[in-house]
Amino acid sequence: MEYFVQQLINGLTLGAIYGLIAIGYTMVYGIIGMINFAHGEVFMIGAFISLICVMVLGMFGLTWVPLALLVTLIVTMALTAVYGWTLERIAYRPLRGSPRLAALITAIGMSIFLQNYVQLLQGARVKPLQPLISGGFEIMRREGFVVSLSYLQLFIWILTLVLMTIFTLIITRTALGRAQRACEQDMGMASLLGINVDRTISLTFVMGAALAAVAGLIFLINYGVIDFYIGFLAGIKAFTAAVLGGIGSLPGAMLGGLLIGLIEAFWSGYFTVEYKDVASFSILVLVLIFRPTGLLGKPDIEKV
Amino acid sequence: MATASAPKPPAFDLAAALKEAGLTAFVMLALAAGIVAFHIVDVPGGLAIETRFGTAIAVAALGFFGRLGVILLRTARPLPVLVVALAAAAVWIAALLAESLFGPDWAARLQMTLPFDDVVVNWIVALTALGFALRALWMLRNAGASAEEIVDRDAAMDSVAARVARSSRYIGPVLLVAAVVFPLLIFMPETAWLPSVDRRLLDIGILVVTYIMLGWGLNIVVGLAGLLDLGYVAFYAVGAYSYALLATHFNLGFWICLPFAGMMAAMAGMLLGFPVLRLRGDYLAIVTLGFGEMIRVVLLNWYKFTNGPDGISGIPRPTFFGLPFSRTADDGGETFYSFFGLPYSPTDRVIFLYYVILALALLTNLFTLRIRKLPVGRAWEALREDEIACRSLGINPRNTKLTAFSIGAMFAGFAGSFFATRQGFISPESFTFIESAVILAIVVLGGFGSQIGIVLAAILLIGLPEFFRELQQYRMLAFGAAMVLIMLWRPRGLLAFREPTIRLHHGVSPPAQTVAAARPDEVA
Repeated sequence: MEYFVQQLINGLTLGAIYGLIAIGYTMVYGIIGMINFAHGEVFMIGAFISLICVMVLGMFGLTWVPLALLVTLIVTMALTAVYGWTLERIAYRPLRGSPRLAALITAIGMSIFLQNYVQLLQGARVKPLQPLISGGFEIMRREGFVVSLSYLQLFIWILTLVLMTIFTLIITRTALGRAQRACEQDMGMASLLGINVDRTISLTFVMGAALAAVAGLIFLINYGVIDFYIGFLAGIKAFTAAVLGGIGSLPGAMLGGLLIGLIEAFWSGYFTVEYKDVASFSILVLVLIFRPTGLLGKPDIEKV
Repeated sequence: MATASAPKPPAFDLAAALKEAGLTAFVMLALAAGIVAFHIVDVPGGLAIETRFGTAIAVAALGFFGRLGVILLRTARPLPVLVVALAAAAVWIAALLAESLFGPDWAARLQMTLPFDDVVVNWIVALTALGFALRALWMLRNAGASAEEIVDRDAAMDSVAARVARSSRYIGPVLLVAAVVFPLLIFMPETAWLPSVDRRLLDIGILVVTYIMLGWGLNIVVGLAGLLDLGYVAFYAVGAYSYALLATHFNLGFWICLPFAGMMAAMAGMLLGFPVLRLRGDYLAIVTLGFGEMIRVVLLNWYKFTNGPDGISGIPRPTFFGLPFSRTADDGGETFYSFFGLPYSPTDRVIFLYYVILALALLTNLFTLRIRKLPVGRAWEALREDEIACRSLGINPRNTKLTAFSIGAMFAGFAGSFFATRQGFISPESFTFIESAVILAIVVLGGFGSQIGIVLAAILLIGLPEFFRELQQYRMLAFGAAMVLIMLWRPRGLLAFREPTIRLHHGVSPPAQTVAAARPDEVA
C-alpha cells in the first residue's frame, strides 16, 4: 500500500511532464493535422534554457529559490516560445497545402537539426544540477518505509494545475481561443470570416512551445540531469499520451499524460524498469486498435 | 513557365523592409539568447557558464542583413545586394584563407575580425554571402525577371523529373554499368582522368548501395502501398540478429541464413502489421515508430538471447560458393585464393561484399519493377490512392497492405543480414530511430515511387556526408538541415513524377498532361 502511494505520487509528477508536452502535440494536430515531430526537441531546448537561466541567476547572486524559479519560468517560456514560432515559420508554414508526408519529413529533419544544434553548442555530456527545492512532507510511515511527498513534487503539481487552468481559460474564453477552435473546425471558412489563420497557427505553436518549456523546467528540477537527447523519448511518450487521451482534445492530453506517467511509474515499480518504454508503447498500440479515437476524442468521420 | 504578369517589380518600402529585417534580427537574437550566448561547461565539481555574447550578436546582425538582402532581391533590386554580398564574401574568404595568402602575421589580424570561432561556421557564412551575390548577379543579367515563383520552380523540376523518368531506360543501364565497374577501378593504375579508388571509397560504395537497397525496400511500403512506416529499422534489426544468432549458435553460413533472415523479418512484419495496418496515416507512422523502439529495447535488455548492449561479435563473413576470403581456411580446407591460385589480398573480400549487396539491391529493384505490373502491385497503388474505392471494388485492404508490409520487411531483413556479415559485429546501437528516419528521408526526398530518385537521394544523403568525415560533428546537423531544405525546395521529392498508367485522351498535348499527372498525390 505504501509503495503504491509512493509510486502514485511519482507517476503523477511524471504525468505532469508528459501532459504538458502532449498539449503541444494535440493542439498542433488538432489545428493543422500534422504530427509536430520536433516538439520533443522544443521540450529539450526548454530544459536547456532553464538550466542556463538558473545558472546565470546563480551567477548574479539570485539564490532566493521562489524568485529564481519564477524568473526562470518566465524567461524559459518566452525564449522557447520563439523556438516554437521559428519552427513553424521555417519548416511548416511554407509546406501548408503540400503532401502531408513532406511536413512530416521537415519535422523529422528539424528534430535532427535541433538535437545536433544543442549538442554542438552545449556539448554532449550530461548536465547535472543540484536540487533547488529539498525537503517534503511525510505522508505515512510503516515498517520503515516512508511515503513522502516532496515540496518539489507539490510545486510541480501546483504549477501544472495553474498553467492548465490559465490555458483552458485562454482556449475557452478568449478571442484567440475562439479563433483556434474555429481554425480547427474549418480553416477555409475561418479565414473567410476574417480570422488571421497564419497568426492563429503561429500562436498555437508559441503556446505549445511555452508549455513544453515548462515541462522542460520541471524535468530539470525533478530529475536534475539533462542532455541533448531527452527530447526524443519524452516526445514519443507525450505523443502516445496525446493519442491515448484522444488527439485534438486538451483535457484528453492531460489525462493521457497522467495515465502514461502512472503506467510508467507502476510498471517500473512492480515489474521491470528496462521494459517501461515497451509498456507505454504497448498501451499506445492497444488504444489505437480498440479505441482509435482515444479516451476523450471525437470519432473521425470519413467523407468520400 | 515565365510569369507573364507582374512585369513591374514590386515597390520597395524602406521603412517596411527595415522593420522586417529588424524583426528577423530580434527573433535571431531571442533564439541565440539562451543556447548560443551561454555555454555550460563542465568544471571539476560541477558546471560553470561561459558567455558568447559576441557570437549571439553576430548571429542577429547576419539575420538582419540576410533578411534585408532577401527583401531587396524579392523587390528586384539586385545591385546593392551584389556589392555588399560580394564584399562580405571577399572579406570572409580572404580572412579564412589568410594563412596561405598573406602569411601568418596578417592571418592573425584578419581572423580577429571574424565573428565566429569555428572555421566551418565562418565558411558557411562566406558561402551564403557568395550565394547571395550569385543570385543577384543572375538577376542583373536577366533584367526584369523577378524572383522565380515556387510554382515555376516546381514546374521546371517536374519537367526534369519527367525527362528522367522517360529516359530511365537509358539512365538505368548506365548507372548499372557504373555500379558494376566501380570496384574494378581499384585495380586500375592511377591515371589523370580517372579518380583513384581506394578501400575507403569502396566502403562508402557498399554503404550507399545498402541504403539504396533499404530505400527500395521501404519504397514498396511507403511509395507503392502508401503506408508510412517509421520503424523500418526494426526489420533490418530482425534480419541482422537472425543471421548473427544462427551463424554464431548453429554455425550456419551466410547464404543459407539469408533467405531465412528475410523470412524472419517478413514474419515480424506480418506480426506487427496485422494489428496496426487498419490505422491510417500518421497513426500508423507513430505506431510503427513505437514498434521500432520496442524491438530495440528488447534487443537491449534480453541479455540471454541477444547479449544485450554488448552485441554479437565474430559473425562469419560470406563465402564464395563455400570458399572463404581469408588467408588460410580455419578447417584447413580451400580458400578462394588457393582454389583459384590467386595471391591473397584483403581488398578482394570488400569487393565481393560490394557485389553481394549490389546483387541484393538489384533483386529488390527488379522485384519492385515487376510486381508493380502484377495484380497485387496494382492493388497496392490503388489502395494508396483511394482506400474506400478499393474496398468497394472487392480488394481486401488488410491483406493487401499486409503483403506490402511484409515484403518490404523481407528486403530489410536481407539488408540486415548483409549488414551483420559485413560488420562482423552488431549491437542495438546500430538500429536506432535515426536509421529509420534516414531511410524514410531517402525515399521521400527521392520522390515517392521513383527508383532513380532513391539512388540520387541515397548518394546525396549517405555518400556525400561520408566524404566530410572530418566535419563529423556537423554531419548530422547538415543532414537535418538538408532534409528540411530539400523538402522546402521541392515538397514532393526531388524526382517526383508519376507517369499516368492509362491515358484516356490521346489528343491532349503531353506537357499539360504531365503536369496534371504530377499533381500532388496525397501519400499516407
